[in-house]
Amino acid sequence: MVLANAVTAVTMALRGELKRDKSVVLIGEDIGLNGGVFRSTDGLFKEFGKDRVIDTPLSELGIAGAAVGMAVNGMKPVAEIQFSGFLYASFDQLVSHAGRIRGRSRGRFTCPMVIRAPAGGGIRALELHCECNEALFAHTPGLKVVYPSTPYDVKGLLAAAIRDPDPVVFLEPMRIYRAIKEEVPEEDYVIPLGKANVVREGTDMTIITWGALVKYTLEAVEKIKDKVNVEVIDLRTIYPFDVEAIIASVKKTGRAMVVHEAPRTSGFGAEIVAQINEKALDSMEAPVVRVTGYDTVLPFANLENEYIPSEKRIIAGIHKVMDY
Amino acid sequence: MVKKVLKTFEIDYLQVLDEHGKVDESLMPKVTDDDLKKLYENMILVRTFDKKAFSLQRQGRIGTYLEVRGQEASQVGSTYAMKDKDWLFPMYRSTGALIVRGQPMTRMLQYWGGDERGLISPDEFNNFPIAIPVGTQALHALGAGWASKLTGDGLVSVVYLGDGATSKEDFMSAMNFAGVYNAATVFIVENNQFAISTHRDEQTGSETIAQKAIAFGFEGIQVDGNDVLAVYKVTKDAVDKARRGDGPTLIECYTYRMGDHSTSDDAARYRDQKEVEEWAKKDPIDRMEKFMTEKGLLDDTYKDKVQADSTAAVKEAIDAYEKVEPANPEDIFTYMYAEMPTQLKEQFEEYKESKK
Ligand SMILES: Cc1ncc(C[n+]2csc(CCOP(=O)(O)OP(=O)(O)O)c2C)c(N)n1
Repeated sequence: MVLANAVTAVTMALRGELKRDKSVVLIGEDIGLNGGVFRSTDGLFKEFGKDRVIDTPLSELGIAGAAVGMAVNGMKPVAEIQFSGFLYASFDQLVSHAGRIRGRSRGRFTCPMVIRAPAGGGIRALELHCECNEALFAHTPGLKVVYPSTPYDVKGLLAAAIRDPDPVVFLEPMRIYRAIKEEVPEEDYVIPLGKANVVREGTDMTIITWGALVKYTLEAVEKIKDKVNVEVIDLRTIYPFDVEAIIASVKKTGRAMVVHEAPRTSGFGAEIVAQINEKALDSMEAPVVRVTGYDTVLPFANLENEYIPSEKRIIAGIHKVMDY
Repeated sequence: MVKKVLKTFEIDYLQVLDEHGKVDESLMPKVTDDDLKKLYENMILVRTFDKKAFSLQRQGRIGTYLEVRGQEASQVGSTYAMKDKDWLFPMYRSTGALIVRGQPMTRMLQYWGGDERGLISPDEFNNFPIAIPVGTQALHALGAGWASKLTGDGLVSVVYLGDGATSKEDFMSAMNFAGVYNAATVFIVENNQFAISTHRDEQTGSETIAQKAIAFGFEGIQVDGNDVLAVYKVTKDAVDKARRGDGPTLIECYTYRMGDHSTSDDAARYRDQKEVEEWAKKDPIDRMEKFMTEKGLLDDTYKDKVQADSTAAVKEAIDAYEKVEPANPEDIFTYMYAEMPTQLKEQFEEYKESKK
């Protein structure tokens, strides 16, 4: 066990996979000697050399497209994109190719690649450095989308993503990169993709959330625990998502709320509400509430807290669900 | 069978003012003494602001900042060749260019302090908002220069890019379109040898960045980016050419990033301090001072006055910055669309309710 934050957990997972599987290569901007802008590849260049930890020219489209080619040709590229807003530059390759190779070649070619990026707001970063764009990728057929919330989960989910036979977008919540430290096993373990985690058991209502907001939702829920006993589900994987866990929980509690940072319209919360509607409507005692970012650009640093769901808004949402 | 050399190419390099302050008179641009003073004064103002902004970041009074240090001549020399209404497409490191282009320093501090209003261009200028995603601005500059060509408005667009940005598709598309449409666009690549930790040599297999223009059918030139006179001369020629309708130019300013990439970077991890010291000897301001002293344009009194004026102007900007009214949070909603869509209206009401 080591006491690790989420950045160290990324490094641990990458080191483990580089050791385990010779076909794994890391590619990205400044990931070599510099160890990445967040230092998540720190030390790996020295340990594994320049042919396995590879600095690329500055092109996210290049990185994503090259990863597709490397993946079909037997390698397992794990690409780092410095900030989530620069994933947009990779989008064409992810949507038009990474997600489609298996289908277009009828299984003859596959694309086992991972594209990692820090995501989400809350650290006063520059514009386009903190995009909340998981829904774009969840809406892209052929891609899987993972969004961990703790160092332990980061390590286990990243290992699983790298071993997955299909392309995975791995979003790392920047706001908790260094905000949570916990015991992380040095030994190999994986957390299966597509499985949610009930991080707090409760009886009155269910909150489904992911990424950095798991921590902040739990804090909010603790504040009102004498009044409302909330069950909190950390979705962990956005696609494929654990609909069974959600339905089992809402059937028990009869009330639900989704909390996410991304804009509300067509946010992933909408899909969760639809699933509850289709599979558990009879059990529901109140409409499902969404506490989310707005249909606006994530504001610059001074105003970002007006946008990101706050404790106050989460608690107000809980009351809205309970008072129905 | 025919085998012959189809084309050969050459890339020019220009230096007018060398690192010892010596000028090659035959290469001097057409400038008055007043121009020389303005170029110098602007470089001092830029350096003064830059130093101050860096220390404001260290004190937590603004957020991330990216220093200009070492690149003052590349930015001041080139923007000095522009007309006010010409279009500037700056990047995050274009603080020097923006200062010459009348962007209030207070607004620049607002931007780095996390306030959208810092991006507002003064009406007398066309300063496009700073590009944060590397290289994306190249296409906007091409589009603006293409529009000028189509409408005949007589304006030119000038875009600033780093060496790293030349690896982006946006840059290559912009160059390609510019070559095809003869757009009134000047591409300025400040080759400061690094893109964060990535050295220029790892960025491209090309020997120079200037030569990239050849593939797109127009002229590329490399200039000593620490020589404000050479930068001015080459840019003036390029801007005039574009204004005449004779098409785009790529200018590679060969320079050096004296500071870390940004206030969150630590260049000691990936580069040798000795290299930095070598480049310090080529400082753009030192050589201009030597040259102007020689020419009788600079003495201690003038030098002190320029510094004092710059310090005062920067101080005034900081004071004003710290007194700026906080932004209205409702702006988050109101500036999204000309007319607020139904969904957003509903969320806006909910937002206002949540503030009660
Ligand atoms: C599309 C994109 N990818 C990555 C980044 C992160 N980033 C910011 S600056 C930079 C290096 C840019 O280098 P260069 O173009 O040479 O300009 P310089 O910063 O040296 O002036 C990188 C990789 C970004 N802002 N945009």
